[in-house]
Amino acid sequence: MVEQTPWWGGLLLPLVLVVFALAAASFDSVLAAKAAGAPRDFARPLRSAAGLLVQQRRGTLAADSLLWRAGGVALLIAAVLASAATPLGDWVVGDMSVGVVWFNAMEVVAWAAVWLVGWGANSAFGLVAGYRFVAQGLAYELPHMFALITAAVGAGSLRIGDIVAAQDGLWFVVWMPVAFVVYLLSVLGMAFFRPFDQATGADAAGGVLAELSGVDRLVFVAGRWLLLVSGAAMAVPLFLGGGHGPLLPGWTWSLVKTAAVLALLVWAGRRFPTIRVDRLQEIAWMVLIPATLLQALFVSVVVVWG
Amino acid sequence: MIPVWRDVLFWVCAVLAVVTGIAVFRVDSMARATFALLASFVFAAGTVMLLDLPYLGVLVILMMIMEMVVMAVFMIMYMMNPAGLMPMTMVHNPKGSLAIAVGTFVLLATGVLLVPWPSSQAPKPEDPTMQLGEALMGDKMLVMIVLGLALFATMVATVVLATHRGRYDRYGDRLERKRPQDPSRGGLGR
Amino acid sequence: MSLQAFLLLASALFSVGLYGALSQQSIVMIMMGVELMVNAVIVGAAAFWFHTSPDRPDGQVIVLLAVTAMAIEMAVGFAVTTAIFRSRDVDMTDMAADLKG
Repeated sequence: MVEQTPWWGGLLLPLVLVVFALAAASFDSVLAAKAAGAPRDFARPLRSAAGLLVQQRRGTLAADSLLWRAGGVALLIAAVLASAATPLGDWVVGDMSVGVVWFNAMEVVAWAAVWLVGWGANSAFGLVAGYRFVAQGLAYELPHMFALITAAVGAGSLRIGDIVAAQDGLWFVVWMPVAFVVYLLSVLGMAFFRPFDQATGADAAGGVLAELSGVDRLVFVAGRWLLLVSGAAMAVPLFLGGGHGPLLPGWTWSLVKTAAVLALLVWAGRRFPTIRVDRLQEIAWMVLIPATLLQALFVSVVVVWG
Repeated sequence: MIPVWRDVLFWVCAVLAVVTGIAVFRVDSMARATFALLASFVFAAGTVMLLDLPYLGVLVILMMIMEMVVMAVFMIMYMMNPAGLMPMTMVHNPKGSLAIAVGTFVLLATGVLLVPWPSSQAPKPEDPTMQLGEALMGDKMLVMIVLGLALFATMVATVVLATHRGRYDRYGDRLERKRPQDPSRGGLGR
Repeated sequence: MSLQAFLLLASALFSVGLYGALSQQSIVMIMMGVELMVNAVIVGAAAFWFHTSPDRPDGQVIVLLAVTAMAIEMAVGFAVTTAIFRSRDVDMTDMAADLKG
């Protein structure tokens, strides 16, 4: 059964997330190199992180430094806190009775964080990109919430541990495939990762990243990768049975499944072209929301009559 | 948690909630005002969580982040000095308002301190979230229905008020177009 | 963590919000003041639930009601602001004084 770790579990959590984020970034750079026909470059994320650490910070005229920095730091902290309720096998840092809502609240911080980073630089590109992300949030957030609710309804609880326990026999992905797919899409959306990366699009000179440099940029980019990892990790207890699996201990299964989901997301990011926010908007409201609502209805009917 | 820590946490959250609340009307930049308000909500939600109401506390945080980001967008859209680069005040009757506000606080605080408030020895529910959910789906169902209707009416009313393009702009004067004519096409090609 | 402490916090938040709602000219800033006042309702209702009737769900339901009221208030407020801004380029209450009736 899922149990709360002692306090030092909270110190280990960021480490695990960072290892995953580095691995994902490394995989991403290998994919990019492969597409470009260049030699494989596993260490690029580490090298660019080190480069950003020693780079001098650039400023802009009349920047709102307080909000600018606050945005990056908030993204980083929220990305770590979002995983506080995610169990690794049988261990969880914070065994909250409202774990699903907690995760949702922490990933919504990205809305504020990305907008603040876009606003703070006092740059037109950043501001445009910040607005783009808010619009994207309006597109992905509701389908995302319905996907989360579907898993909670299936287990009859908002506690992540109960959701894992409810998948003892049958993983939720089997009878909630729509919610699972929508959840993965929204994870890409919330981490403004390709193909939902208009907020950092090249057509806006890098968008919110346009004026970020040095440590600020490192904090923000790291927060984005950690958010992607947190989202991928939460897919495991919600839909993929958490630590359930044959032979191996629970924590290994959690790690393996998280790595698989993360690899799938990174691969999908390299595979599909960027989708514009205004196009995503209609797809989200006309297709994804009705689909998730039907999925939630189906699950509710099964739960009540099953 | 040790009771002392709960007290300390409460007072920290309470003071910060009021301070950031005051900051909303003191800072020049609209973005800062909005996010000061967000901070005030988050600290107030912190005190709610100390009252064994984790669901409502997290819900307030979740909703307020989304609401304040949307608010920031509108603030900057409509204010004449959004970035606060030039200090300016947009107030009327600040002294009278301050007097009324302080008077209200003194009145309320006197009442708070003088009234002998009842206290309950009733057992706390094991899971307050379950209590709320069962009430909303049970004997408080009418509240939930009215809230749902009100939200739906709000959606319709706000769209009617805010949009400047009706169906005749989209489908033509005789509604003869098969596909609406919109400034930008959505992702489904409609 | 006594009931009085929570009610003091709620009174302070309410008064700050009242000051904002009375003194500000911009419609958006007035709405911020109103939101702070509703925030006070949330804190007060939660405290009453905890201290006077934790066995009944009424306090929690009021918090939920206040949160919804906040969302509705903001949505309608911005819709009205958008409408009035579009028709006469106004974002301050003093310039729309002829709407009173």
